[in-house]
Amino acid sequence: MISSGRESEPQHTAFTDVAFDSIPVMVIEPSRGWVALKLSELWEYRELLYFLTWREVKVRYKQTALGASWAIIQPLFTMLIFSLFFGKLAKVPSDRIPYPLFCLAGLVPWTFFANGLSQASNSLITSSNLISKVYFPRLTLPLSAVMSGAIDFAISFVLLVGMMAYYRQILTLRCIYLPLFFLLAFVTALGVGLWLSALNVEYRDVRYTIPFLTQFWMFATPIAYPSSLLNEPWRAVYGLNPMAGVVEGFRWALVGTNTAPGPVIAASSFAAVLILIGGAFYFRRMEKTFADVV
Amino acid sequence: MSEIAIRVRDLGKQYHIGALQQNGRFTYKSLRESLAKAASAPFRIVRSMIERDRSREDDSDRTIWALKDVSFEVKRGDIVGLIGRNGAGKSTLLKVLARITEPTTGRAEIHGRLGSLLEVGTGFHPELTGRENIYLNGSILGMKHAQISSRFDEIVAFAEVEQFIDTPVKHFSSGMYLRLAFAVAAHLDTEVLLVDEVLAVGDYRFQEKCLGKMRDVATTGRTILYVSHSMSSIQTLCKRAIAFSEGRLIADSNPQDVIAEYIGGNLGNIHTEPPDPTRPTITKAAVTLKEETLLLSIEFESPFALTPPVFGFVMHNSLGTPVFGTENIAEPTFPPPEPASAGRFEVAIPAGNFRPDRYLISLWLGDRFTDYYEREMILQANLNNAVGGGLPTDRNGNIYLQTDWRYEVRKPKGRSQA
Repeated sequence: MISSGRESEPQHTAFTDVAFDSIPVMVIEPSRGWVALKLSELWEYRELLYFLTWREVKVRYKQTALGASWAIIQPLFTMLIFSLFFGKLAKVPSDRIPYPLFCLAGLVPWTFFANGLSQASNSLITSSNLISKVYFPRLTLPLSAVMSGAIDFAISFVLLVGMMAYYRQILTLRCIYLPLFFLLAFVTALGVGLWLSALNVEYRDVRYTIPFLTQFWMFATPIAYPSSLLNEPWRAVYGLNPMAGVVEGFRWALVGTNTAPGPVIAASSFAAVLILIGGAFYFRRMEKTFADVV
Repeated sequence: MSEIAIRVRDLGKQYHIGALQQNGRFTYKSLRESLAKAASAPFRIVRSMIERDRSREDDSDRTIWALKDVSFEVKRGDIVGLIGRNGAGKSTLLKVLARITEPTTGRAEIHGRLGSLLEVGTGFHPELTGRENIYLNGSILGMKHAQISSRFDEIVAFAEVEQFIDTPVKHFSSGMYLRLAFAVAAHLDTEVLLVDEVLAVGDYRFQEKCLGKMRDVATTGRTILYVSHSMSSIQTLCKRAIAFSEGRLIADSNPQDVIAEYIGGNLGNIHTEPPDPTRPTITKAAVTLKEETLLLSIEFESPFALTPPVFGFVMHNSLGTPVFGTENIAEPTFPPPEPASAGRFEVAIPAGNFRPDRYLISLWLGDRFTDYYEREMILQANLNNAVGGGLPTDRNGNIYLQTDWRYEVRKPKGRSQA
């Protein structure tokens, strides 16, 4: 007779092997409070993650007439506008690098972040038919949304390299740090995306705040201007914006600004990791309601 | 212990519906509102302290139990049918077992890998080709890439879409789409399968194909929970059926007995209802058998005149399959009555052509264009005519017609012999 006295345990499902048969046994019970992240299950479903990412990318490129060029047009045009108004007319300083390059070096990772963020935030609503009909770890949805932006990032990176060649900037050894800053942007996009996607399922008006959020965030990030405009210690506090660390770090690794962004990057990494962990736990806690509410 | 594939104990699922309904319509929560409510909370508390306001805000959580105290066990290799009206809880049970939604109470155990078919074509994207969608859909259902590749040809052959496998699915006809979607799902390799009414779509030939495939799958020793409204498929595939009503398990036995209970164990041959001031109602309905004629009579009342009053009925066999139905305006020899707001209909149905069975009768009332009132399978009539030669109704139908036969002996033309 199965006793149900274990209801207070925060256990949702568990795979255990029954010794004599080695058949997986799945236990289904109500969960309480905070739920474990179960990253091992995410790994088990890695093929699905790949397919969902691949689907995003494939569909995006099949549908738009501009296709791959969209990945270049977005940062390129923003850079042109900024260069004209901030660089030339307002004469914003740019750490002794040509302004367009200064600006584009920030826009490339920024575009990846902003698109990843908005895709991730809507991922649960967009795939509501999957959520209500099939089981898989829901974390794969925002994760694949952010991952699908990596291709666009790679394409716009080519544009960036092209611009560097144009301005005759040489690549220094510091560029091996680039993947780290990309990772930081990824972590931030995912972290915020997890919070927003979970909130969006529960409160449908959250999705309308996202364009405003990204706009505001862009101006709070040193893309059009250098963070050296701020004095210490404000500059370090300002680094709590994780994207500040990404942009400054990216620029430093690529074109070598001389304003050492160490403290900014440290603060950014700290903030990003905090957001990610918090977002992941909040997401998992809310996950049990998704299928009912979406 | 290893014999049990599914074990369910006191499973319950509760939904909160009160707080999300405004004016009877479902609206989503909005952050703006929730923040506003939270911000004004201190004011509301203070005000209620001062004013002693007794009226409650309608934040009441009206809850419904979609499942309550459900317990049963399924042995390895069993195929169990789940039946019940819409909203009885069958699909909710599958959702809980498939881990799509969490139970509120209770516990379930699944021994073996689980595959669930709650819908065909989940995740299909119109822009992707058939081939791409097979991999995508298979992956969503839980199949590994290698698995899909090894069964790829089988899937395509079953779906009969070899020519179009590399065209985007948006160009497929709906039949091809369904066949492909079902083909992927049908090749799921898991030990336990949950199947939810997926055979209810598509044309007749497709449904036959799916049923055939289900029969094949059933012989492989898989454990299957099968939800369907088609009583005949339940009888064909399952040796055990469980009936649900309003979230509770009401019957668990062999399909014939369960279907009899579910379809209406307590029907009589008279039904009465008080008249409703807001809509037309059949206030009294009765069916009696007089020799070879089934007499069905109804009385109705309506708050407004029906122009003209239209009464229709359908006779179903004991599986719920419609066998014969008609309405007064479909009868060429019966003129439509004058507009009226109360009246009585009497229909004499020749009963001599119905094979022996328990017949259930559904009733409709309305006017030429609208049905205002319906009651499904509300009356019962047992017909025991000695017609039809004792042939079973599930294969030969409920209707027996006098047919003229002729026979003569012939020499076989095939082989010439000496």
